[in-house]
Amino acid sequence: MAESPFPLAAHSRSISPDTRHLLWSIAPGAIWIVIFLVLPSLYLIGVAFMTNGAYGQPQMPLTLDAFRQLAGFGFLGWSPGNLYTLLRSLWQTVVATGLVILIAYPLAYYISTCREKWRAIMLLAVVVPSWTNQVIRAFGWMNLLSPGTPMAETAQFLGLIPPNMGLYPSNFAVTLGLIYNFLPFMVLPLYAAFEKLDLSLVEAARDLYASPVSAFRHAVFPQTLAGLLAGTVLVSIPAFGMYVVPELLGGGRAMMLGNLVANQFAGGSNWPLGAAGALIMLLATLGGLYAMRKVGKRLGGGEEVVI
Amino acid sequence: MNESSSAIVSPESTTAIGGQARDASAITLTNLHKRFGHDAIALEGVDLDIHAGEFFTLLGPSGCGKTTLLRILAGLEAPDQGSLTIGGHPVTDTPPHLRSVNTVFQSYALFPHLSVRDNLAFGLRMKGMAAAARRQRVDDIAEFIKLGALLERRIDQLSGGQRQRVALARALVCEPDVLLLDEPLSALDAGLRSQLQVELQRTQKRLGMTFVFVTHDQEEAMVMSDRIAVLDGGVIQQVGPPADVYERPVNAFVARFMGHVNLFEIYAADGNQAHTALGWLTLPRSLAPEERKGVLLIRQEVIELDADATENANALTATVRERLYRGSRIEYRLDVGGVTLMATASNLGQRLHSVGDQVKVSIFADDIVRLDA
Repeated sequence: MAESPFPLAAHSRSISPDTRHLLWSIAPGAIWIVIFLVLPSLYLIGVAFMTNGAYGQPQMPLTLDAFRQLAGFGFLGWSPGNLYTLLRSLWQTVVATGLVILIAYPLAYYISTCREKWRAIMLLAVVVPSWTNQVIRAFGWMNLLSPGTPMAETAQFLGLIPPNMGLYPSNFAVTLGLIYNFLPFMVLPLYAAFEKLDLSLVEAARDLYASPVSAFRHAVFPQTLAGLLAGTVLVSIPAFGMYVVPELLGGGRAMMLGNLVANQFAGGSNWPLGAAGALIMLLATLGGLYAMRKVGKRLGGGEEVVI
Repeated sequence: MNESSSAIVSPESTTAIGGQARDASAITLTNLHKRFGHDAIALEGVDLDIHAGEFFTLLGPSGCGKTTLLRILAGLEAPDQGSLTIGGHPVTDTPPHLRSVNTVFQSYALFPHLSVRDNLAFGLRMKGMAAAARRQRVDDIAEFIKLGALLERRIDQLSGGQRQRVALARALVCEPDVLLLDEPLSALDAGLRSQLQVELQRTQKRLGMTFVFVTHDQEEAMVMSDRIAVLDGGVIQQVGPPADVYERPVNAFVARFMGHVNLFEIYAADGNQAHTALGWLTLPRSLAPEERKGVLLIRQEVIELDADATENANALTATVRERLYRGSRIEYRLDVGGVTLMATASNLGQRLHSVGDQVKVSIFADDIVRLDA
């Protein structure tokens, strides 16, 4: 192609050099995502609709058996076990996320009001535990919650658990583990929101007859909404698919969807069932994200709150 | 919206807000003290009476305490000591949401997540007014302040001048007893600013509401105010109508702050004569013994050039060192025996003096004011 003195005008329909540079720079990331996310996901979706072979390997023909099985229909008729697991996962996620918000919101606000030197130290204190391996932290909690420990004895003394029992394995231990695990992911985005909080808006609200509670609701909360939603996504999605915490702290009694899926690919040897579980998990996550977007839009006064 | 042609107040407007007579509120401040931390004094013993329905301005350099005083009026800051009444009611300990006072903030502080309409309705909503009545009031104020076309916009879609209008309307729509304005025009460019000064003053007169306005710009203060309080170092230096404060400042600080430059220390005095760097000057009257110190103020615009000395006038000879052409007026920097004297002449088409010219200077004794240093 001949060099034109007016490249943009002459080749307005071809790709401009800027666009080409941009494409080159995003190519590695895009290729990575296609190979390690898009293709495996498509494979997983395919497997979910296949038949379970004699040795757990997926094979033709295409059926909905895996989903039927996931819904609880087995050789011995219907059982609610898997549905319980799904509901427990949702419930654990909602409870853990809610409690994380209740702890992180005032904590993040408090940190943002501290002196600069203290802020860095306190943020570090929030983040440092997450530098340790998840498994090790779960074992730490097992030590704290097992029978004979002060926490377990206190619970026995208060009559919350039978004598000589530990606080784990239990749903309580799983919730505690989830909260402990995901707190930093809520504190950090909320702290970022609180740090740039515009206090003049709070004063304006107070000046315009808003009581302290109303001023929080109308002037503080909207300013932290984006951080809150970001934190909620960062906490709830990984919590929903959590494997390590329920495996170690829940025993067999507090299984979550992540454990169900993992079991099908390991001991259970039922790949189509595991794939179906993973697919349901993916759809539930996307549905949750969509719902949160809607909620954010409503609370944000019609404005898009980017997640 | 064309900012330069639209007025805040439409002259023909007869809406509820425009047409109604109000019971404006007087404000009394007694011995207010406020400090931040250990040594940062914001206010030190402020006593002030602001009359009902008055356009009152707090004027002073940054850090003089004027904004702190305004925030105490709003209830956003509590005084360490002293008391405050609005409309005769003591409100020193009343939280901001229970005071019938609204503020136009310097940064405007508009709610970014709400539309213009919802911003305007916010105060009424917090007061618990029904939605229909709220809507009516917002429509009225929008017509009054000429915001009608902007009601459904978001705040980030507005220009600076439009935001200023929304901030004013948001405060006015609540019909407070007192409206507080914290340098609301400082972010605007000069043309829009001088236009809004006139309109703001007109709005205040029309509503008969008590306005307390904070600024560091003495011209703005003089154009708009019924009375001005000049603050420095947390202390009120002078309170009075603009002409008083400008023509008869009580001390050198007020004089300098009002833009005066010709201040000469009194070295000695004898009868109605005072000795300064300019030599012996004749004053309008004899100075009492305790007045024989301080400074003399000679306003730039009272100095006459080329006039023949008459009785009761001080005659001096000066050399023109500099000439500043300001359009409507000419400023000369004169040298009187090594001392600088600034003089302003109206640009009436007379022959201008050039640098280096010898000029005769005449200053009427009556135009010289003695002040404390």
